[in-house]
Amino acid sequence: MTFRKILTQHIAEDDCHTLSFYQRNGGYSQAQKSLKEDQPDDLIELVKAANLRGRGGAGFPTGVKWSFVPKSSDKPKYLVVNADESEPGTFKDRVIMEKNPHLLLEGILICCKAVNIQTAYIYIRGEFVFATQRLQQAIDEAYEAGILGNDCLGSGLSIDVTVHRGAGAYICGEETGMLTSLEGDRGQPKLKPPFPAIEGVFGCPTVVNNVETLANLPYILEIGAEAYCAIGPEKSPGPKLFCVSGHVENPGTFELPMGIPLRKLIDEHAGGVWKGRKLKAVIPGGSSAHVLTADECDVAMDIESLTAAGTMLGSAGIIVMDDSTCMVDALVNLMRFYHHESCGQCTPCREGTGWLEKIVHRIAHGDGRMEDLDLVLDVCDRMVGKTICALADAAAFPAQSFVTKFQDDFVAAIQNGGSPAWKKRHPSAVGGTASHG
Amino acid sequence: MANTISFCSETMKQYEWLLTRYPTRRAALLPTLRLAESDFGELGVPEMRYVADLMEIPPAFVFGVVTFYTHYRRAGTGKFHIQVCSTLSCALRGSEDVVSRITERLGIKPGETTPCGHFTLSKVECLGSCDTAPMLQCNDDYHEDLSLEDVDQLIEQLRAEAEGGQNG
Ligand SMILES: Cc1cc2nc3c(=O)[nH]c(=O)nc-3n(C[C@H](O)[C@H](O)[C@H](O)COP(=O)(O)O)c2cc1C
Ligand code: SF4
Ligand code: FES
Repeated sequence: MTFRKILTQHIAEDDCHTLSFYQRNGGYSQAQKSLKEDQPDDLIELVKAANLRGRGGAGFPTGVKWSFVPKSSDKPKYLVVNADESEPGTFKDRVIMEKNPHLLLEGILICCKAVNIQTAYIYIRGEFVFATQRLQQAIDEAYEAGILGNDCLGSGLSIDVTVHRGAGAYICGEETGMLTSLEGDRGQPKLKPPFPAIEGVFGCPTVVNNVETLANLPYILEIGAEAYCAIGPEKSPGPKLFCVSGHVENPGTFELPMGIPLRKLIDEHAGGVWKGRKLKAVIPGGSSAHVLTADECDVAMDIESLTAAGTMLGSAGIIVMDDSTCMVDALVNLMRFYHHESCGQCTPCREGTGWLEKIVHRIAHGDGRMEDLDLVLDVCDRMVGKTICALADAAAFPAQSFVTKFQDDFVAAIQNGGSPAWKKRHPSAVGGTASHG
Repeated sequence: MANTISFCSETMKQYEWLLTRYPTRRAALLPTLRLAESDFGELGVPEMRYVADLMEIPPAFVFGVVTFYTHYRRAGTGKFHIQVCSTLSCALRGSEDVVSRITERLGIKPGETTPCGHFTLSKVECLGSCDTAPMLQCNDDYHEDLSLEDVDQLIEQLRAEAEGGQNG
């Protein structure tokens, strides 16, 4: 079967975001049929059989997640769509929301039918003002047309969708942080269990799914589980949005089958490493994934293959670095990010991200010591798996892999009085003069 | 002290609509703060206090929420808030040069506001637009794929707008 784009096939067209365009191209026909005819349990089984894996970062099987929601609960149930898109290197959900918002709404309707949900929120990062407007337009159109609200698509079901704008905080992409934020609080994560499926927003059972995950549902209903599983590797199949940024000629979002070779993605789709330079390193799954060296880049872009390669598909944010990149400077940048974004509840994360930034910073600025390399790894060991949410792990993974896989860059910065970029900016500086405090 | 500010009637309608979208009043806090931000222009102490009174939420709780997040327009922010993304993908494609250029043109470093109150410059974390790096957000708008000439042009345009707005 030849690969067909389903998320982005029409995005070059002017009115692709409108209801009339969407319906002219067959939009809402799957939800229309499903809302009237399908049994919720059959939908859950279908999504399980299709092996749809979450596109937000963790790759959890979507149908299995839905099946955890209690069927006999007298509490209301909620769907919260994760549109926070805050993992550095990731810019895919934005494309769906700006160019194909009705596809997301159709996915929401199908999920609501499968789990008996009447209320959905789309939690979108506050900076995405244009995407918020596009979503709101689409929602208004859908209410007007009887697609949302009472008696959705003539099915007798009532489903409401509200866009909820965040206000700037990476941690609100983590699902429990997002739900706390949706309740009107500071977006601090909570310990799991209880998982959101049992006790989520407003103390009620809640499904949390990523935008891209839900956008796959109409297509699964259209072609069936078997055909869907045939797209890419069987255990993590489907069309996938890959975001390529950094040192390539043609950065962008590319919709390709899961399992596309990383090298092909970089060389053919993203136009190759820019300026004729050589590849040095690639972060394959958003900044929280372990980095790959150029030699490790013969890997397929799917959940299993990347896990086997010691990293992860994560959010499929691929950050490419050419051979002019100093890995010490790159790591300082990321450690600043995680330190800034730690919500501060857990000591290993609050202190650990602070220490990591400080140590890598001093290496870059000519005050590093050889012992600092072991110190970085030691701090990471004290963080991974020891906190409420996975932000601490997300900070530790790049630190561990940068320092071990690109040790030469770190040793050079320690021995030569700082990173090349820093020395260029401070030509007269001599390393080792500042306080180590 | 009694509040001297209040939502205009249109904003009040939007606030009442918001309350119908959530099972708890407090869940409407973040969007209500957005209403306050656009109605009053910024969130300072009087604005936060107004929202607290309106929603019957303790002021300290509202302050805690506003200060947890980075994207609300706080008191003292310039008319144009220029936020340059500085995270890795943007840094790899020259975001530092964009910041230096703005500093050169406006005479302010990140974290500062021009004395005339027209511009505030900030460095911020990934804005979900890494394919169009380097990029910045100015108030609501994204400016992407920036060359240093684009930066100069943008500043000229904003300056003209700020000064024009002052006279007219
Ligand atoms: C620190 C952190 C940040 C996250 N950021 C996002 C995000 O921006 N968008 C997203 O969809 N998931 C994000 N996640 C994953 C969510 O917690 C959650 O697993 C996901 O939204 C579930 O949806 P899915 O099963 O459809 O992938 C993040 C997780 C962590 C630990
Ligand atoms: S791990 Fe970090 S971000 Fe997550 S809850 Fe703990 S302190 Fe907050
Ligand atoms: S790193 Fe700048 S937009 Fe993502």
